[in-house]
Amino acid sequence: MLKLNEISKTFHVGTFGGKALHAVRKVSFDIQDGEVISLIGESGSGKSTIGRMILKLTSVTSGSIDFNGEDITSIKKSGLKEYYRKVQGVFQDPFSSCNPIFKADRIFETMHEEYFPNMPREQWNQKLEESLHRVGLNPEIVLNKYPHQLSGGQLQRFLIARALLLDIKFLVADEIISMLDASTRIDVLNLLAELKTHGLSILFITHDLSLGYYISERAVILYKGTVVEMGETDKIYHNPLHPYTQMLMASIPHLDRKWDTATSDLSGKGAEVEQGCVYFPRCPLEGKGEHCLKDIPPLVQVEPGHQVACCCYQERKNSAL
Amino acid sequence: MSLKIENLTVYYQTLKGEVHALEDASFSLRDSEIMGLAGESGCGKTTLGTSLITLNGRMRFIKGKVELDGQELPIWDNQRMNEFRFKHVSLIPQYAMSAMNPTRKIGRMVRDLIEARHENYAKILPELQNRLDLVDLPEDVLNLYPIELSGGMKQRMVMVLSTLLNPSLLIADEITSALDVSTQKAVVEMLADFRDKKIVKSMIVITHDISILSQVADSIMVMYAGQLSEKAPTDAIIHKARHPYTKLLISSLPKVGIKYSEEVLHGIPGKPPLLLDPPVGCRFRERCPVAFEKCTQVPPFLELEKDHFVACWKEFENHA
Repeated sequence: MLKLNEISKTFHVGTFGGKALHAVRKVSFDIQDGEVISLIGESGSGKSTIGRMILKLTSVTSGSIDFNGEDITSIKKSGLKEYYRKVQGVFQDPFSSCNPIFKADRIFETMHEEYFPNMPREQWNQKLEESLHRVGLNPEIVLNKYPHQLSGGQLQRFLIARALLLDIKFLVADEIISMLDASTRIDVLNLLAELKTHGLSILFITHDLSLGYYISERAVILYKGTVVEMGETDKIYHNPLHPYTQMLMASIPHLDRKWDTATSDLSGKGAEVEQGCVYFPRCPLEGKGEHCLKDIPPLVQVEPGHQVACCCYQERKNSAL
Repeated sequence: MSLKIENLTVYYQTLKGEVHALEDASFSLRDSEIMGLAGESGCGKTTLGTSLITLNGRMRFIKGKVELDGQELPIWDNQRMNEFRFKHVSLIPQYAMSAMNPTRKIGRMVRDLIEARHENYAKILPELQNRLDLVDLPEDVLNLYPIELSGGMKQRMVMVLSTLLNPSLLIADEITSALDVSTQKAVVEMLADFRDKKIVKSMIVITHDISILSQVADSIMVMYAGQLSEKAPTDAIIHKARHPYTKLLISSLPKVGIKYSEEVLHGIPGKPPLLLDPPVGCRFRERCPVAFEKCTQVPPFLELEKDHFVACWKEFENHA
């Protein structure tokens, strides 16, 4: 239903905007109806930028985003409103999504005025209550309150309810769990999973690998704006093929087992690559060399539902045989 | 025993009254013990950590006794604490990212700090270079401004700073929460390294992320709404927790290997009480699945097994 075709985003940085920062480089993937995809990456990997581009909060430098067959990168004002009826986002910090001076339900009021101007008040209230119940909130408790009177988990669900008031088909969930406490985060996560069973597609942006595993069928691993590996969650987590993914998986703190003793190497983390494989400066593979720097390695299918972008992968496989 | 705390109670003064942020905390820390302090936001873990260093304007010391290496810490007396800070007890603050002076080069700032503690910078410099090596930082960070460092580098720089004078007790407050998983792992391993190299004697690592603690801590203490719930060796907390709150908390953590489609995890219904006017007795009572009449009294923090402390009436009954 949503398809990204080689989208890129370049920011101009430096004193006179003379330097180019490639936040996202030719990223392509698609999301089907009722599917949850985890977009996993560390800070600076461009995962939020992709979310913002889908929500049209940031322009796309090149490439296109197809939503139900229509390119949304070029839609303008009037079309935008129609688009937002179907696609909505929820972000990391629920408190900064609300104006602290006004009561939190003001976000519902603006929704009413903007999107349902002809709906009578009573019908609207009923719709609102349904939506709140759907996210597990009691309207009597949460309505008519200021943002600071609600907990982070409540407010986060409040914002999801806002998105659900529209008949949305696609939700961009950008790190929505990370601000929440352990005892409430799982409830929000379960809510997303339940919405999925009703046909909602979700782009779940996170840096927390265990959350991504819990909720999604497919995962996309991003490094410096490039997709290094993507495919079915099970395959990626249990059989990571890209050295970056392998390093990530080794860094997950598991409750029931200790980290391997190999200490992590942080050198080369900030290094920029002009051309070729973005992971080159940190790559621990023995086979790495000049050929890695020629081109950005393309995503290659290694097994059904599992793609990896590493120029050394083929060689490694051959030598293993 | 390197640290011994008895009945430490700290409140916050607000316009609406006193916030009972830390109530009757009693526990001790062995030499070379890394204790993890876990709990949800607002449970008083940061209050406990910072009160051992400095009481900020709104914090009121109510009662309690803190002993470090057999010496009493005068934590209610800001002036007298100066003797102890940095040399005996030190803190890596929350948001260490913004803990450094942005207008000074890092080397200059370190010098100012050292001299404020009446130590000689030149004498310490070789050791400083060793420590930078230890955390994988190049020596020329001393000639940089904090803004030129990445988040992980700043975090490591602050780690070096806080431990430069070999404090006996180090308090690390949420030092991993803003970091990437790979950096997180490196930083946590460095912490353990500091202990192994005897740079610091014992450590309190405050975090909301129990899975991080399970990697590095010798023991974990869980707090809820200003009260201590449970303290036990790491394995015991993760596999044989006795307090209902700890049990629910551990079972709500998503792990790799658990999928929503196969096993649905559950959160803890309800939310923590307001500490402005906290409920009497056990503060977890309202959310607790096994609460009974007795819970209207505050449960003591008892050692039920060796090194395993619990504050729960139901557990006392089960144990008896």
